[in-house]
Amino acid sequence: MKDREKENHGMRHLRAINRKARRIEQLMTANGDVYAMYQGPVGGGQQTTPRYPMGCSLVFSPGWEVDSAGGTAGLCQPVERDLYDCYVTCFWPAQVPDHLNNYPDWTKKCGAAAKDWRNIDLVFP
Amino acid sequence: MSDGLKWRFSVTELQLAEMKRFTADGKEYAFLIPSSSVVGLDEVTGAILEGFKDGPRNPAAVLETLSGHFNHDDLVDGLSELHQVGAITAPEHAVTIPPYRQQKDAPLSTLVLNVTNKCNLSCKYCYEYGEDKLAAPAATRFMDESTAFESVEFLLKRGGHLPRLTLTFFGGETLLNFKVVRATVEYARRRARESDKKIDFSLTTNATLLTDEIIGFLTENHVGVTISIDGPKEFQDRFRTYSNGAGSYDQILPRIKSLLKNHRTRPVGARVTLTSQVMDVIRIFDHLTDEIGFYEVGFAPVTTSANTLYSIGTSGFDSMLEQFTKLGARYLEKAARGEYLGFSNMSDSLQEIHTGVTKSYACGAGLGLLGVSPSGDIALCHRFVDSADHKLGNIRTGVDEQKRHEFNERTHLANKVECHTCWVRGMCSGGCYHEAQVRYGDIGHANLHYCDWIRGWTEVCLQTYAEIAEKNPSFFERFDERQGKGEPRYASS
Repeated sequence: MKDREKENHGMRHLRAINRKARRIEQLMTANGDVYAMYQGPVGGGQQTTPRYPMGCSLVFSPGWEVDSAGGTAGLCQPVERDLYDCYVTCFWPAQVPDHLNNYPDWTKKCGAAAKDWRNIDLVFP
Repeated sequence: MSDGLKWRFSVTELQLAEMKRFTADGKEYAFLIPSSSVVGLDEVTGAILEGFKDGPRNPAAVLETLSGHFNHDDLVDGLSELHQVGAITAPEHAVTIPPYRQQKDAPLSTLVLNVTNKCNLSCKYCYEYGEDKLAAPAATRFMDESTAFESVEFLLKRGGHLPRLTLTFFGGETLLNFKVVRATVEYARRRARESDKKIDFSLTTNATLLTDEIIGFLTENHVGVTISIDGPKEFQDRFRTYSNGAGSYDQILPRIKSLLKNHRTRPVGARVTLTSQVMDVIRIFDHLTDEIGFYEVGFAPVTTSANTLYSIGTSGFDSMLEQFTKLGARYLEKAARGEYLGFSNMSDSLQEIHTGVTKSYACGAGLGLLGVSPSGDIALCHRFVDSADHKLGNIRTGVDEQKRHEFNERTHLANKVECHTCWVRGMCSGGCYHEAQVRYGDIGHANLHYCDWIRGWTEVCLQTYAEIAEKNPSFFERFDERQGKGEPRYASS
């Protein structure tokens, strides 16, 4: 696991210069990047407590994970977040490793999906 | 790059969001619209932005072309950061103009009382008396005490939950009605105490009528003073004359010196009107600060229609920008050492950049700020008092909310289509409504005659800000304090 994935961190390539940029950076680091995106337009959200969609069928049903342009870049959460949800709630089993028998450790490195989703990787049977 | 991320970035197109890229002291920055955030770029993020400069592109393809120069993790992280701060975005999110929404309960924070519309000077460029005036000849020339007191009540009531309010005295020549100013300050202080609020006072004057008694009063009551003055004698006396044509410089100089010497409770500022004939910014600045002793000097181009002799044309704005830039360099030099140069045009812009202001309105007129005429009529701001077309009610009968909403809607950025492609729109918002009225006959018109100047000056301010932020970031703590104290930012002219 790379260091940057172990804990929340500031930006590495951009430097926040004015106060507004620092606020945006704080949003990103306080909540993890996924939350920051989920909160909508940067800098505009009043919300400080992360909201967490529970139950993918309500919010992120597979098949729905496209943004208004038909792509995935504008989604409030990355598509990998859906993948993980499928795995946990288990109603779309074909697309994720079989965690009951063959890959029980598939999400071992993913303690908090919103933060650690990058660690959910491919499996090679 | 993890395969998942690669896939995510490969299924759609992204493009540059609106931004102004600039360099300062050899470093690269981006001013991002609409958040008004300023970020410094490194090589990776700079290169990624370049990769998107020709329009929407598949991000994976952009990263691929850069993969020979940077390692993949850096590229992915850089792209991710740019995406998160809003520098790169999905095409449908690339342009954002906030829609107009009716402001129902904007509390009033500043009320400007035109305590008289009479003046003892006859400045040739004055918008109140010259050929550009909007005001109809008014029956009431001096505000009486009861109107002023009712205005205080109006401010306290409409101030809502705000703990700190500002009452500004204006004219005409404000001190022609000093009697009412004094009575009103005393009344307002008492009423503020009773209402558990604080009221700050400020006043604009041409300084001709300052006396020791008045100076004592201003000091004792912490009244912020702005002096309208155009600089050394030959500039001051060119336009700022008595009705017989005599200049006012010799009259005001000893009075201003006495004010500066004795009024120590609030900084005293000078406010200079620039015209095509009076444009020697640096000479004026040095005279007013070093030779006379003003703490702060602000410059404003004259408000006028395009065809007056003193109107500033394109070359005038270029000259103004050149000189402002030179003063800006001095400002930077001092700020890097932790010192302050009283160049308020720069300070005001830096304050806005520091905060990351994004405005849909050019100023608070008709929202947090209103003007009151001597008779008690309410106007959008002090510049519109006694203009029949811009009357918004009366202090005794209240605000005509319907009319106020109409003004708000007309002046909202959403309705200034010309501004929608401008990178500085979040700070300028089309500029002064009064100037637009004078120039174009429409308060909702963007002030297109100085767009290049505004953009040029804002870029200089961005560069100055970034350079100070790198060299001496603690300099900006004063701006946090200034904002926290709720220093009045309107009605200086």
